[in-house]
Amino acid sequence: MNSPQIAKITEAKTENKDVKTFMFEYPKKMIPGQFFMIWIPGVDEIPMSVSYIDKDVKGITFRKVGEATNALFDLGKGDKIGIRGPYGNGFKINGKQILFVGGGTGIAMLAPAVEEAGINNISLTIIIGVKNSSELFFEDRFKKCGAEIHISTDDGSKGYKGFATDLADELLSKEKFTSVLTCGPEIMMKSLLDLCKNIPFQASLERYMKCGVGICSQCCIGEGLRVCVEGPVFDGKTLRNIEDFGVYKRDATGRKIRF
Amino acid sequence: MIDTTTKIASLKLRNPTILASGIMDEDAGSMKRIFDCGASAVVTKSIGLESRAGYPNPTFAELEHGILNAMGLPNPGINEFEGEIRKLKDSNVPMIGSIFGSNSHEFVELSKKMQNYGVDALELNMSCPHAKGYGLETGSDPKLVREITSKVKESTNIPVFVKLSSNLTDIVEIAKAAEDGNADGIVAINSVKAMKIDLELKMPVLANKTGGYSGMAIKPIGIRCVYEIAKNVDIPVIGVGGVTTGEDALEYIMAGASAVQIGSGVYYRGVDIFKKICREMECWMENHNYTRLSELIGVAHK
Repeated sequence: MNSPQIAKITEAKTENKDVKTFMFEYPKKMIPGQFFMIWIPGVDEIPMSVSYIDKDVKGITFRKVGEATNALFDLGKGDKIGIRGPYGNGFKINGKQILFVGGGTGIAMLAPAVEEAGINNISLTIIIGVKNSSELFFEDRFKKCGAEIHISTDDGSKGYKGFATDLADELLSKEKFTSVLTCGPEIMMKSLLDLCKNIPFQASLERYMKCGVGICSQCCIGEGLRVCVEGPVFDGKTLRNIEDFGVYKRDATGRKIRF
Repeated sequence: MIDTTTKIASLKLRNPTILASGIMDEDAGSMKRIFDCGASAVVTKSIGLESRAGYPNPTFAELEHGILNAMGLPNPGINEFEGEIRKLKDSNVPMIGSIFGSNSHEFVELSKKMQNYGVDALELNMSCPHAKGYGLETGSDPKLVREITSKVKESTNIPVFVKLSSNLTDIVEIAKAAEDGNADGIVAINSVKAMKIDLELKMPVLANKTGGYSGMAIKPIGIRCVYEIAKNVDIPVIGVGGVTTGEDALEYIMAGASAVQIGSGVYYRGVDIFKKICREMECWMENHNYTRLSELIGVAHK
């Protein structure tokens, strides 16, 4: 039933000064790219993608960016949170050579997809784009998957100095990728889509959500596409026909907010 | 050939299934999708004069036999909503503009704007069970219901429906007040005031603590209300509350409804529930030798 199940945080890990991972027992089957509605009792309930998938244990990895994530960040091992889900469609992982592009905290939800692709012997290339090197996390995790890792930082503190999309442009002109999977700021993902003219493309979108199950329309884009049900992962063909993509999202009142 | 067309005041509908307010109706794209999935008309999200963020999450929880929600009337405000209505108008989707206010002045201002933007009818939300100063708080006073309805009627020329709550001592009294105010139809019922407490956390699940219960569990309450209203007023009734199958819809029709609205059903059976329900109604009618839906309206009263 789509009501929050209360779970104890069994493990808390600090990834960097603003990013934490929580693990909890949640034995439901799920695939990379799906998400939960996480209830922080007394504060809020927010959508959050899965960052660790094991049979009985799941994990979330998040940055403190607002009231809800700040409150969540203050929790630790043994604290209780409410969980419902999994929701959404998740990534389709296939092909021979995948380019993953993660912007900021978007890298967290790509991680299970990278791992699954690795298990399936797909050749992996990852671009991690961050503002500066202190925001990096999960590098070791990707190394273990045998991925070729490229880092871009806005300030040049590590790797390529510039945007992840510029780095992607270079790689796309050199190598033949069978698909591109991305999660990050929507403007970045839109630029990336423009670069991927004939390459199968999947992007995970983020919207303010309320019900999480496809009835309240808070997260709808284009002609009634529900990010919580038909998404959060959309393919390039769909995204090219959605006027909202990379242009605006809606706030809690339903007003359009430009990116 | 089975005829399931219906008419509510001057509103002619291709079938009796209408999208209820608050479900898939925040933007033109969502409402267009629902129309394409078979709904004959859509009711917009309830719109007020100013923008409202509504309540923090959790605003939704599924319970054993229904859905509990307390959104808190989130909406972008009437002026901002104009674009969505005009966009939908271009697609020729029959639209019922739902509005909420705390007094007749607010309702009149909202009604005029809705009419100017191009809605085909109005639904006055006098029944939201969880918004302070609005909804049920206006809809439980017969004098206020009559005054608001008549003032809206005087200042507009499209059909006006009044949506009522079952959380009333006497729903017939309020329905009559709306009829006295010249309403063109009654919509019944809104979600039923309810609560869910989580045992582990020992606290209500919804951020607003109380909310409105909808879905299968409230259908018998809706049927009873529609039956009582239809028996006592001469204007059409639109039945809402737990319609999930064609047989549910027919039950409301037999209780006296000229059409039904579907909300939580979208959760249980998907966005194409409207087509499914129409097909099921037609099937039942065929098996029982009925050719026109209108023959069945209110038959339970005989």
